Formats: sequence, structure tokens, C-alpha cells
Amino acid sequence: MSLVHNFPFISILLCMSAGIFTSVFKPRVARMVTFLVTGTVLVLSAMALSLTMSLDDSYPYIMGHFPAPWGNEIRIGRLEALMATGFSAVLLVSLIPGFERMPCFVSEKKSNLYCIMVDLALAAVLVLIYTNDLFTVYVFIEIMTIASCALVAVRQNGHTLVAITRYMIMHLFGSGLLLLGISMLYGITGHLLMVPLSEAVRQIVDSGQYLGPLTVVIALITAALAIKSAMFPFHVWAPDTYAFAPPLSSAILSGIISKAYIFVMVKFFYRVIGMDIIISQQISPFLFVCGVAGMIIGSVIAISQRDIRRMIAYSSVAQIGYIYMGLGMGSAAGTEAAMFQMLAHAAVKSLLFLATYELINVSGDRKRFRYLHGAGYRNIPAGIVFTVAAMSMVGIPFTGGFIVKLNLAIAGMAFGGWMRALVLVALAVSTLLNGIYFLHTVVSIYRKPAQDMVYPPSEKMSPSAAGALFVSMLYILYLGIGSEPIMRLIETGLKTFS
Amino acid sequence: MWQLLYENLEQTVSVILFVIGFSILLLQRNLIRKIIGLNIMDTSVYLFLASMGYIQGRKAPIVTDGVLEVTAYINPVPTGLVLTGIVVSVSFTAIMLALTIRLYRRYHTLDIDEIALLARGEDA
Repeated sequence: MSLVHNFPFISILLCMSAGIFTSVFKPRVARMVTFLVTGTVLVLSAMALSLTMSLDDSYPYIMGHFPAPWGNEIRIGRLEALMATGFSAVLLVSLIPGFERMPCFVSEKKSNLYCIMVDLALAAVLVLIYTNDLFTVYVFIEIMTIASCALVAVRQNGHTLVAITRYMIMHLFGSGLLLLGISMLYGITGHLLMVPLSEAVRQIVDSGQYLGPLTVVIALITAALAIKSAMFPFHVWAPDTYAFAPPLSSAILSGIISKAYIFVMVKFFYRVIGMDIIISQQISPFLFVCGVAGMIIGSVIAISQRDIRRMIAYSSVAQIGYIYMGLGMGSAAGTEAAMFQMLAHAAVKSLLFLATYELINVSGDRKRFRYLHGAGYRNIPAGIVFTVAAMSMVGIPFTGGFIVKLNLAIAGMAFGGWMRALVLVALAVSTLLNGIYFLHTVVSIYRKPAQDMVYPPSEKMSPSAAGALFVSMLYILYLGIGSEPIMRLIETGLKTFS
Repeated sequence: MWQLLYENLEQTVSVILFVIGFSILLLQRNLIRKIIGLNIMDTSVYLFLASMGYIQGRKAPIVTDGVLEVTAYINPVPTGLVLTGIVVSVSFTAIMLALTIRLYRRYHTLDIDEIALLARGEDA
């Protein structure tokens, strides 16, 4: 075992210890440490990715001295390393503009506490990506919920407090369902590690005993993760939370944290239960229908919004719908497209939230569209990156969003009858709707403002923040042009995933 | 049917408690009642776990009198899970209470719908 084999574990440990130590650092140092830790995690994950690309199979990494089926372990494969690399890269570029605008939301004295939560959130995301143990999933989902609650609640604003209270209520309900599901699964199988668990599940299915409880377990855990990742009928908590949080928190929450829940769900489907059972228990058609409904209805509600941040938050609901549509197809191609959407949407959405804040900032902190006229001229870099991100959302070629839609359509073509028709129609309608509201926004930020509108002078965006936004934009363009190797990685990664 | 439910009395009771808990959590408008509902919901899962790990006639898995046979003790894993779960639910209760205090200081009410209305009124 080489040193690189340890890197995923080290990156988790690094984030968690950084979370502990930043509490005593001065705010400036704390921000620096958080930034460095995220950068290190990116490098370590990228090295782990290149290692797993040279290996044929994923490898387990035992934590402590007890081998399976007793101890705790993480498992590292291509897909996991790819996701860790993608998410830490998105977080790294979000941190620069996010930290720059932090004084507007967090008092300087408390900003080291904010850094703790960023570290903890990253640690939880990494653990959820790598872990091979179901109870660890529960514990770190709770840590992630606490971290995201604190990330949002730093903003002392009535709307934010109400939104986070609603958020917590829904998430606690989800956690309860998850815990009950895991307990019942432990009750019928006697395992918590995923590999022995999947063997026990096979036995249950073969013998036919406890098939009823197994269905209940699958339903409970799927519902819990669907609530937590804002799948369409359970999305009620999402728009307000994303819209009223500080921009960096919105970027982390909607970009990275919601994807971690979905990754756990994919892991649960593929590694624990087995996709054939998920399909035969009618879970995946349910996800498919919810995904399609979310794609359409999320976009329709987004069109009716007058606050730009709420519009972007509702478009998140629609984009999560794409992921669930891909996952709900039940085929490998569908899941691969969903995985690619997870990577692309993480980058696009965090960029959108950060760029939008810059546009709002040069418009006198007003969020209605009519005040935003001309914002693209007042802050040129933010206008450009917003335009590119919006194009990716609509699915214009050469951006990540186009590849997502293309792959989903290809995955849908493999089916016959109503499913193919539904996939294609849903993609077409949702592209049209995305076009309506995103292009409308782009047009409105480049429109001439009304004569009597006065814009108070605002703080200029620093070159480093603008540079970070541009790097993120280039990443989106890369996902659109150079998607082939990434898709192949996802494809081979999914084969060794279960 | 009733026979089956009676044989698994602890599990039945804990699922009933779970439903009561999450109904309170989701339907009550008072924040303190919501927190109580949250605790009922979590505790019901601990009852479920603890009853699953219990084996009639055996002792808690702590070696005090030198007995080392596995058959003398109950399954320790669910008990460990319950302990972890309790820690989690205590921290969540603390966070929810802190949020409640903040909201109460600002709006002088515990009714979440009323608070939402007041917060919307702040904009105008």
C-alpha cells in the first residue's frame, strides 16, 4: 500500500482537525487555513483519482483494527475520487469571492466560527462520498445538517431565521426517517457495513422472508434522502434557505451539500440494495416521475419569481429534477448522466449564486429585476460569468449543461414507448422554460437602467475574486468541451462502484 | 395480524410513537411543541434499536465478574448506536432551542406561521 492510498482518509482527517483548530485562530488566519485545507484536499483527491485510474477496482481502507464485517471502513474508487475532486475544486473557487463578501453577513469576530462550519461541511461531504458504513452515513449527515444550519443562520435577518427553522424541521424529519430505516435494516440483516449488508439483502430477496420490511426500509431511506436533497415534492424548504443565506453558504448548500445526499442515495441503491431490486420495488419509476415533475414545475415557479435569488433557488429544484430523472431511469447510462449533472450543477449553481450577489451588490443591494438593469455593465466580470453560467443552465452547446441534456436524451433513447417520449418531451419543455427565465435575466442585466435610477457606489470586486469566478467559468466550459474523459471515468467508475 | 403486532410489542409501540412524534414536528405551529415532537420521534427510534438488541435473560455487555462467554450478554452494537443517536438528538435539540430563543426575542411569539408573516412584513 503506497502513501497515496491513505490520501482520502488524510483529507477527511485534515478537514476535521482544521475544524477544531480554526476556533482558536484569528479570523484572518482561520480564513487562510480553511482556504489552504480546501486546496490541499483538492490536491490529495486529485492524486487519489489518478491512483484509482491506474487500479482496476476500488479498494477498501480499514479504519481501526477490525476488518469487515465488524469494523468501520471507507472505500475509494474512481467515482468517489472524481466527486471529491470536483466538489473540493468548486468549494475552493467559491471561497475566494465568498470570503471577500463575508463582512456584509458575518461580524469579523465571528468569521473564524464560520470557517469551522465550512471545514466541517467539507469533511462531512468527503465522508459521505467515501464511507462504506451505513451508520457513519447517518452520523455525518447529521454533522452536515448542523454545519449547514450554522452556515445559513450566521445572517441575523428575520427571513433567514424563518427559512432556517423551516429547513431544520424538514431535515430533522428526514433524519428521523433515515435513522428508523437504518435501524430496521440492521434489524433484518444484522450488518451496518455495506458489503456484508448487500449479501444479507441478497439472501433476504432470495428467501422471500422479510421482503415486506425490506421494502419499507428502502422507502424510508429513499424518502429521507429525497427530503434532504430537495427532490420536487419535498423541496418546500429549499428556495427560501438558498435565497436568504449569505452567498457563500448558498453556493455550498445548493452546489455541494445537496449533491452529497444524492451521492449517498446512489451508493445505497447500487452498493447496498442493488439496482435490480430498486427497479422491481417500483422505487426508480417514482424517482423518475418526481424528477420530471420537478424539472417542469420548478422552472414554472422560477419564471414567476421577481427576486433574482429566489429564481435561482427554484431553478435548483429543477436541476435536482434532472439528476433524479437520470437516476430514475434505472439504467447505467441514466445514472452516468445524473452523475455528470451532479458535477456540472455543483459548479454552475455555486457560480450563479456568487455572481448574482455581485450583480445585486452593484445595484444598491436590491434584488428585483428592474433594479438590476445595467448591472452587467457596472460589474463586467460578474456579468460575463453570469451569462456563461446561465447559458449552461439553458443547455447551449460548449457548456456543461448541454452535455448533461445530451447524455440524458441518449440515456432516454434506450427505452421504448412512453418513457422515451417523456424524457424527450420533459427535456425539451424544461430547456424552453430555462431559456425563458435565464435569458430574460441575462437580457435584463444588460438593459439600460431607467433614467431616474440612482445606484449608490459599492465596494469593487477584487481581481482575485474575479479571477476565481473566471476559473469556475472555464471549468464549466471545459465540462462542455472536454466531457469525454470525464464521462468515461464515470462509466468505468460506476462499474466498480457496487 | 394482532397476534403479530403483540409479539413485536416494542417495535409496534415505537413505530406508533414515531408517527406521533413526526406528526407533532410537522403539524404543530408552536416551536417548543415541535421540539418536543422531535424528541419523541428520536426516542421512539432508540426504543426500537434497544429492543432489537435485547435478548431475554442476558446481561448488559460489561464484564464485571469475569464471565467472557458471548452467550451471557446482549448485542452491544444497537446500544452503541442508541448512544450515538442520543448525542445527535441532544445537539439538534440545543440548536433548535437556540433558534427558537432568537426568533422569540425578535418577534415575541412562538407560532411559526405568525413569525413568517411578521418576517414578510419587515420587507414592506
